[in-house]
Amino acid sequence: MSGESTYNPGNGFTKWMDTRLPILRLAHDSFVDYPTPKNLNYWWTFGGILTFCLVTQIITGIILAMHYTPHVDFAFNSVEHIMRNVNYGWLIRYIHANGASMFFLAVYIHIFRGLYYGSYKAPREVLWILGVIIYLLMMAAAFMGYVLPWGQMSLWGATVITNLFGAIPVVGESVAIWLWGGYSIDNPTLNRFFSLHYLIPFLILGVVILHIWALHVPGNNNPVGISVKSKQDTVPFHPYYTVKDGFALTVFLILFAYFIFFAPNVLGHADNYIQANPLVTPAHIVPEWYLLPFYAILRAVPDKLGGVALMFGAIFILFLLPWLDTSKVRSARYRPLFRQFYALLVVDCLLLGYLGAQPAEGIYIVLARIGTFYYFAHFLVVLPVLGIIEKPKAVPESISEPILGAQPAE
Amino acid sequence: MRFGFKALLGVAIMAVGLSVPANAAGEAKHPAAVGWSFDGMFGTYDRNALRRGFQVYKEVCASCHSLNQIAFRNLSQAGGPEFSEAEVKAIAREYIVEDGPDDYGDMFERAALPKDKFPSPYPNENAARAANGGAYPPDLSLITKARGGGADYIHALLSGYEEAPEGAEMRPGLYYNPYMAGGKIAMPAPLLEELVEYGDGTPATVEQMSLDVTHFLNWTAEPELEQRKRIGFMVLIYLTIFAGLMFFSMRKIWADQH
Repeated sequence: MSGESTYNPGNGFTKWMDTRLPILRLAHDSFVDYPTPKNLNYWWTFGGILTFCLVTQIITGIILAMHYTPHVDFAFNSVEHIMRNVNYGWLIRYIHANGASMFFLAVYIHIFRGLYYGSYKAPREVLWILGVIIYLLMMAAAFMGYVLPWGQMSLWGATVITNLFGAIPVVGESVAIWLWGGYSIDNPTLNRFFSLHYLIPFLILGVVILHIWALHVPGNNNPVGISVKSKQDTVPFHPYYTVKDGFALTVFLILFAYFIFFAPNVLGHADNYIQANPLVTPAHIVPEWYLLPFYAILRAVPDKLGGVALMFGAIFILFLLPWLDTSKVRSARYRPLFRQFYALLVVDCLLLGYLGAQPAEGIYIVLARIGTFYYFAHFLVVLPVLGIIEKPKAVPESISEPILGAQPAE
Repeated sequence: MRFGFKALLGVAIMAVGLSVPANAAGEAKHPAAVGWSFDGMFGTYDRNALRRGFQVYKEVCASCHSLNQIAFRNLSQAGGPEFSEAEVKAIAREYIVEDGPDDYGDMFERAALPKDKFPSPYPNENAARAANGGAYPPDLSLITKARGGGADYIHALLSGYEEAPEGAEMRPGLYYNPYMAGGKIAMPAPLLEELVEYGDGTPATVEQMSLDVTHFLNWTAEPELEQRKRIGFMVLIYLTIFAGLMFFSMRKIWADQH
């Protein structure tokens, strides 16, 4: 968005509009003529995919809310009413339920892309922080959404998570009762979770707008990690990236459609098709797959308060990342040592995800402790030290150079 | 990213596969895969199996288990047993449901209509427990979705009763079934040879009845399955063609940049 606007109102109405509310100019400068580095690879298409996911969740969610009843006696049956009696209700609900998983799949790829190419470094710290806020809001929305069908895992997952607040010293118990609206999870809890689940996506939408704004001030990072130097380095967003994002989105939709139509329940838990029963505790309480790494960290710590602190710390540490990474080189392409540790972090997060689904006993606990230790060590020790001791490879002069040179970029 | 993204992707796919929550009944015997007609991308229900399965539900399971989500009218819907509307009316008439209040404020009983849901065998949970030694026979509408292992598990459980092994302590009212977590189940073996008489002449073996009633219960859990898979296939075809068009559009648009 830096630089002069190239918008040229074409007819009388758009000219009239442009002098009153230049919203078409804003759209043109943001999504049509917005100069974008020409070397973005497919890992950069997930921003657009995520926007699609958010809009899909909002639209399907609004329709579901027309038929859903947020009451402990009726919620479970109202979901089955949607599945059986509402026209294409099963389709809308399966899109929404699997859409949450797809949303998280895309956001994890998006986050790890940012980690690999150093997209959080100056001048994009605020952009990164807004992203972490979106991620936090997503987790809150997903957690509350999972409670709404009022199945066994809804109730008991919510019990585990809200009990965490009871670990806060002195006021913990009062906080838990305040959150529940009673002495246990019951109708008031379900009601407020429904209300908040409806609210949060619009908060996310607001922060997404800020996120895109904060992106368009410094412009996109790119796979070589060096700033745009001349017009040669960029192409207009439209049609170059609208078509590339569109292609990637379509491929992503094939995976999405596979889950919706052919495996709509594999990402959920069978127990959630049993109506919630406060008297029967499931054998294993597991959160949805996208929260498993944090669940593993929570259970790795023998002390409840310590576990809660580390679990939230695992997210909050991301806010500090722009200042923990001391290297001036953005892209991992030119950071041979960092690349090794980055791979280790990816494996570590996947390992923690696996461990979150296992019972908290024996070897699983030991591994979860090692995994938790490395997770924090990566951010608190490895990244600060690497920036000092690592010798980066030679960085190209400009974005155009590695493209036009002998070695084509991936 | 030069250093093997393919390797990373492999690890990722593996981890996602592994991190799908394991069946809570880890210690129970693993149910064998049946190979249902409704499996796979083009899966459909076998109408005859659904009708036989309904007969087993009606004559055996229904004495203890409710089917709360299902109305009689569902039996004639496309993608289900597809009884005719006249047949559904006749089936419904065999049941008595409570209705009311009438103009005098009294509840009254009448023969069921296609719009009614299947009546529960017990008036409430306490009555059900009292009649079953403290155990609560679960509602069967969603049972294949509500158990890890799905239809395979239900079939294995129904046909997998065994003599309790030496040394297993069986309280009265508990029965040994290796597919149940912990091996003990409060439901006695519900299926016995020739327990029902099939109208189409199929021999009513335990295996056959177990397959049929599981088939039926998979339909009650997923009545949309046939429509879902049919639409899904068309969606995949559409998206694949569209992805191809997008790909070649992209190649053309980017041609001047490479």
